[in-house]
Amino acid sequence: MAKIKIAQYWGAGCGGCDVAMLDIDEKILGVAEMADIAFWPIAVDTKLSEVEAMPDGYITATFYNGAVRNSENEHVAKLLRKKSALIVSFGSCACFGGIPGLANITTAKDVLEYVYTKTFSSDQKNAKEKVYPQTLTHTKDGDIDLPTLYDTVLTLDQVIDVDYYMPGCPPTTNLINDFLGVVEKHVKEGVPLPPKGTVIASQKTLCDECKRKREVKSITELHLPFEIDIDPDKCMIEQGVICLGPATRAGCGAKCLNANQPCRGCMGPTAQVLDQGGSMLSALASVFKIGDKESQMNEEDILKIMSQVKDPLGTFYSYTLPKSIIKRVVKERGPRKKEEAKA
Amino acid sequence: MTTTQVHVKEAEPASEEEWQPKIVTFCCNWCSYAGADLAGVSRLQMPTNFLVVRTMCSARVDPEFVLRAFAKGADGVLVLGCHPADCHYIGGNYRTRRRIALLRMLLEQYGFDPERLKLEWVSASEGPKFQKTIKDFTEKIRELGPNPLKDESGSIVERKPE
Repeated sequence: MAKIKIAQYWGAGCGGCDVAMLDIDEKILGVAEMADIAFWPIAVDTKLSEVEAMPDGYITATFYNGAVRNSENEHVAKLLRKKSALIVSFGSCACFGGIPGLANITTAKDVLEYVYTKTFSSDQKNAKEKVYPQTLTHTKDGDIDLPTLYDTVLTLDQVIDVDYYMPGCPPTTNLINDFLGVVEKHVKEGVPLPPKGTVIASQKTLCDECKRKREVKSITELHLPFEIDIDPDKCMIEQGVICLGPATRAGCGAKCLNANQPCRGCMGPTAQVLDQGGSMLSALASVFKIGDKESQMNEEDILKIMSQVKDPLGTFYSYTLPKSIIKRVVKERGPRKKEEAKA
Repeated sequence: MTTTQVHVKEAEPASEEEWQPKIVTFCCNWCSYAGADLAGVSRLQMPTNFLVVRTMCSARVDPEFVLRAFAKGADGVLVLGCHPADCHYIGGNYRTRRRIALLRMLLEQYGFDPERLKLEWVSASEGPKFQKTIKDFTEKIRELGPNPLKDESGSIVERKPE
């Protein structure tokens, strides 16, 4: 039987997804038996030019991890789309932007300025003329180029057509094994693949998988995880710790909660919602019980209580800012002049 | 061409291209929608820059609705519900109030002026309050200008790879 060809690539990611792929223990032998690695920068030495030389659709399945944040990420994503029959958006960064996606609160210019001139140890802190990396440099031996950093971090499916999504930071061994099992059955026995667009995870919320007990349905104050002794058997939210479980897709086996840490939402929104942050915001505000005096409180009192959530954007969109409804920060043009406003 | 058509043409404002605020108003079925209805049948005059979306309760207004309204080009969003202690579902309006407070904090982080989202209590008998709320809010949005997600021509900026 001819082996299938697989590829894995990293965009704006940390490399954890590549390691997760190797972390499937002895199953990796089954992968080696079924597939050849066509391209995988972290593990094998295939050059990009060799990928360019492959016929279209040559690679059976490509696992793309990391967000699309610069021109190189985008170029390789488009190239791999052409050369692959299936593209799996692998990990939270490719699916939702992930942690790098939080850069959407700023711009490429500000990021470069900060990193190259403003940090404590920067040589350029007091320099008159600041030097920044250039995308193109001419030397006597030829031109050298660097990828262009984008203002807005994008998800993989905002750049190319994606067949399957496997969220998680990184996707858990179970999810990877399940998917590889499906692919193996397809290759060996011709079992059809799941429909395009399938998210390889559960259809329910994380609370469904979490074993903690839920009793009181309300809270009065919030705590950061290190501030209190977290009871390992009681619901995180009921103890006043923000846990993104109610707004997050299940499938990870509630690993963080088993380690007594709140969920931060790496599995992304559930199947029914578009905006994980909005959904969590709604859930958290609902369980906040202020007491019998609520009818006598004014808007300022309520704002003071809700201000216990220090950083709503960073908390509710840790992993999903580029995939949220608003996607990135915007800039108001400032108040219009009175005459202009009246006209 | 009939006389009516001529008349209509003459009545058009000098610059029809000029930006006009677009406001989405969510009204709860039991109080605010009836309040809006009362304002209407009482022939109270107010700017016509708003669209009303009726929901069973102000708490039915999912934060996602508000974010989507802004993403689709609304310049302002109004959420109207029953007065505190007056909710048809006992506590829906309290939930709304907490959510809107948090949502306004979020909108500010996104770079929007939080004034673009407003929560107000309008009962079924408060036609004049509905009128005043619409008037004040429309004026506020006129001052703030177009939704920052929109470009000069008024269309939503699609963020494609550079």
